[in-house]
Amino acid sequence: MGKIITENLNNDGVDRRGFLKCMAWAGTGTLCLIQGGILKSFALSEVANMDQSKMKGDLSFVQISDSHIGFDKAANPDVTATLREAIAKINGLNQPPAFVLHTGDLSHLSKESEFDTLDQTLKSIHTEKIFYVPGEHDVLNDNGEQYRERYGKGSLGDGWYSFDQKGVHFIGLVNVMNLKAGGLGSLGKEQLEWLEHDVKSLKSSSPIVVFAHIPLWSIYPEWGWGTDDSAQALSYLKRFGTVSVLNGHIHQVMQKVEGNVTFHTAMSTAFPQPQPGTAPSPGPMKVPTDKLRGLLGLTNVNFVRGKHTLAVVDSTLQE
Amino acid sequence: MRKISKLMVAAAMLGVFGWTSASNARFVASAATAQGATKSQEVVVKIDNFSFMPHDIMVAAGTTVIWVNNDDIPHTVVSTSDVFKSKALDTDDKFSFKFDKPGTYEYFCSIHPKMTAKVIVQ
Repeated sequence: MGKIITENLNNDGVDRRGFLKCMAWAGTGTLCLIQGGILKSFALSEVANMDQSKMKGDLSFVQISDSHIGFDKAANPDVTATLREAIAKINGLNQPPAFVLHTGDLSHLSKESEFDTLDQTLKSIHTEKIFYVPGEHDVLNDNGEQYRERYGKGSLGDGWYSFDQKGVHFIGLVNVMNLKAGGLGSLGKEQLEWLEHDVKSLKSSSPIVVFAHIPLWSIYPEWGWGTDDSAQALSYLKRFGTVSVLNGHIHQVMQKVEGNVTFHTAMSTAFPQPQPGTAPSPGPMKVPTDKLRGLLGLTNVNFVRGKHTLAVVDSTLQE
Repeated sequence: MRKISKLMVAAAMLGVFGWTSASNARFVASAATAQGATKSQEVVVKIDNFSFMPHDIMVAAGTTVIWVNNDDIPHTVVSTSDVFKSKALDTDDKFSFKFDKPGTYEYFCSIHPKMTAKVIVQ
């Protein structure tokens, strides 16, 4: 077990070096634990030797993202096969997930046949329920009408909603609609008002999980990797002790801790994208076939109530 | 693809490509001179690496602009003032619009709104 907090200038349990170390491991399978505000990080190889009962949370769920069903080009001509592999990993978990979150880009081109294939494939996940938020690829040509019909039953506006599970408040947001020229992802006034109202009656001790497709923190605006009005949304969540923000869109793991908020992006199950600024564009990263599965994967999240513990484990299809 | 090549050759023949003197040095293609202008011109804008190329084009009224998506990711061509709007263009898909009235037409990709460009019709 490696304790990595060596400097703690703001008395918040997080130092820069420790955080960077956590980030560096993130892509290769890392467990990041926040216990009582202290960020700890362990390699997955260490986790295997730890007492599994201590690793179990009160609530365990899995995030998958960016399945892009319908994409058929290099580096992954068969995205349905890699989604199936991700499902096999979910079905092999020690603690079956209470539910699965899909953080968008279900399809590549919003085609009915693509959504059909996705639905058919996801049927084999051993879980109670799958929650969705749309990616920009799911709302092409029809302003998201088909998406909402299939995946947004009971949601509001463009498809946002919230629900509670074991004392944790989950909020699914939509930031891929009505995008403005030159801008980034957008939540919009109506959704922000709803969000403010949605969390108003919650106790500040309630753990909050927010999930949306495009990152709600500015990762690389030059590539559109951010959301214009995310600061407004986060301002409504300031008073809460534990806020976790789960996103997709950038097809790679990135993590940041800022005060009470942990931001995390998941891998895609379809194809990797380049690290920010390392390629002419954020288009699909073409990698050799034997490297592909090391860059695709899923995220497993555990909550331990009372200890304010959030554990996020990313694992690739290769592990 | 053969059709695209022909169009591109046509565009190149008609066009005078060069760097503007503008401070942002964006690539501008002037697709027609006053004398050579006919009503049936076509100009191709390629969508490549999440960019419209050429970024800004100058064309004579009556020119049809054809956008071709060369990326592995879908894009759209959407006027910021609701003059034209394409469906999502998959790889190699095309969208065309005939510009009859002079003016500056700004547009963007509504899926990747950082992608902006304009058509200046003379």
